[in-house]
Amino acid sequence: MLEGLLIGLQTAFSLQNLLMVVAGCLIGTFIGMLPGLGPMSIIAIMIPVAISMGDPSAALILLAGVYYGAIFGGSTSSILLNAPGVAGTVASSFDGYPMARQGKAGKALTIAAIASFAGGTLGAVLLMVFAPALSSVALLFHSAEYFALMVVGLSAIAAFAGSGQVSKALIMTILGLIMATVGEGALFNLPRFTMGIMDLQSGFGFITLAMAMFALPEALFLVLKPKDLHGDDGKISDLRITKDEAKAIAPVIGRQSAQGFFIGVLPGAGATIASFLGYAVERNIAPKEEQEEFGKGSIKGLAAPEAANNAACTGSFVPLLTLGIPGSGTTAILLGALIALNVTPGPRLMIDEPQIFWAVIMSMFIGNLVLLILNLPLIPYIAKVLAVPRNYLIPFILFFTLMGAYIGQNNATELLILVGFGVCATALKFADYPLAPLLIGFILGGMMEDNFSRSMQLYDGIAFIWERPMTLGLLVIAVLLVLLPSYRARRAKARAAGIADGD
Amino acid sequence: MALDRWIALVLLGTCLTYGYAAWFTMDGSLPPFMQRNPIWPSTFPKVLSVLGIIASTIILLGFEKSEVKEADIDYRRLGDYHLGQAISLLVLMVVYALCLRPVGFLIATSGFLILGSYILGERKWHVMVPVALIATGAVWYLVQQVLGIYMRPLPGVFGG
Repeated sequence: MLEGLLIGLQTAFSLQNLLMVVAGCLIGTFIGMLPGLGPMSIIAIMIPVAISMGDPSAALILLAGVYYGAIFGGSTSSILLNAPGVAGTVASSFDGYPMARQGKAGKALTIAAIASFAGGTLGAVLLMVFAPALSSVALLFHSAEYFALMVVGLSAIAAFAGSGQVSKALIMTILGLIMATVGEGALFNLPRFTMGIMDLQSGFGFITLAMAMFALPEALFLVLKPKDLHGDDGKISDLRITKDEAKAIAPVIGRQSAQGFFIGVLPGAGATIASFLGYAVERNIAPKEEQEEFGKGSIKGLAAPEAANNAACTGSFVPLLTLGIPGSGTTAILLGALIALNVTPGPRLMIDEPQIFWAVIMSMFIGNLVLLILNLPLIPYIAKVLAVPRNYLIPFILFFTLMGAYIGQNNATELLILVGFGVCATALKFADYPLAPLLIGFILGGMMEDNFSRSMQLYDGIAFIWERPMTLGLLVIAVLLVLLPSYRARRAKARAAGIADGD
Repeated sequence: MALDRWIALVLLGTCLTYGYAAWFTMDGSLPPFMQRNPIWPSTFPKVLSVLGIIASTIILLGFEKSEVKEADIDYRRLGDYHLGQAISLLVLMVVYALCLRPVGFLIATSGFLILGSYILGERKWHVMVPVALIATGAVWYLVQQVLGIYMRPLPGVFGG
């Protein structure tokens, strides 16, 4: 591990990569602050830039910096305007906004920055410990297990979608898998489902799809329903926190960093669930008099979701880097970018290209530090971006969306596909269908089919399912994950109707 | 019927069409040596189509009750929002896509940015035009010179 650390330091401390971290964090903070633009849209917009750099470590470092910056920027707008830019920072506005209203905006931002820093850094330490361990286990996996593991990941995403949403998340995942089968597959060299259209020969572009699923609907929502961006333009001053406050939030940050990290590792959970759960847990274990404070500007209530969401962001890198299976929309986009750069994340990554793996971890530390020492003093100025009139902002967002899709493929048909899918995605968003599972399914689809076909060929049929106990076990888990929520909902309904449970 | 079930109906149709293509149209043209394989190009799509049909039927028939949430935008009252602006912007994007090649990057993009803010209600031409022109030039320079991706800057007649 020490050797790896040194490799990582060497790569991450090159001038180019340091610039990438700083640039990524700044861009992320800038755009993440705008309400309605989440990390997924920002990363999707940044991908063409990252891919054309050609150096996978630099690209991943840039994108990870953008990711962190976006989460940090999102919490800034939650605190200052009560307008969270990112779902993961909604919980930060519960206590952050009341603090800002009391004239303690500077203090709230400092607490958010410190909690994010600690959450991200502790998360990176945990990642350093757990990722190598997990990937050495993953090396024992066979393509049958990979297939089963992807099924587990996809069903976990559906299972975490919440009550009444499981079948919707499932159909979106399946739709993503279906879209992945369009075009020429690696194993068969036959065009499938192209309807004779030449432009579909190579399948749908992943950047196009990412833009259409996230950036375009969010921009359209901004057009349809302008959000009021004007908070009380109070000057941000007094960034300092006292020693007592530091003492009060230290245990909260510690607990929530660990908890957030492990939630982030789970596929489908991610930063949003981690931050809400962190907030709820801290409110429940706080003493009675402090519980009253929650929701009215409690520093603990601000520190908890901030530490948790940053740790969860780090945690979500674990399955991506060790198994090559993304657990969230953002990591799915990162996976797509890596594949475009000819890097296949997975257990071999740490052996074949250790410099990428360790450089990313090192840049997480650097990125957190940059956010703390560079962004914190700049926040009052960065917050000015919120004053950009939407009449200018929205055309630019749309333009960058189009450009991203165009640069990726150099093909104007791609832009029409983008607009078409964007309209579909907006309709799906109206009807409350989750969009991230579609993209995850789309990205995993090709790999899933390859692994499935390979195990079919090795075992001459689907015998691999019962001949390999681990595969069978994983598939059983996947089925349980999908069925459990509806079973529990049914039981809760039965109980509400006065029917006793059988044992 | 609520919008989510209408969408489920559309998705069911999609899955049925996809399933038809996978089950009945793909295997005929398979070369003989591939027919000996345990897996055919149509195997995975067949499985997917069945799963998709099941999942969309569950939503369509409302087996899974979801609580009604306060949505960000209520699609039943779409007229209350700036629907006209959204549709005009979408049309503008399509026009941009169709014009990008024939008209050239510089003209198409500055036109897109100016018209985009015009649609959103901006009328300060003395701000709009310079902002759009500078942004177009900067992006073109970045893409062409820094990233090295060729984009035709001017209409074809000028040999761009």
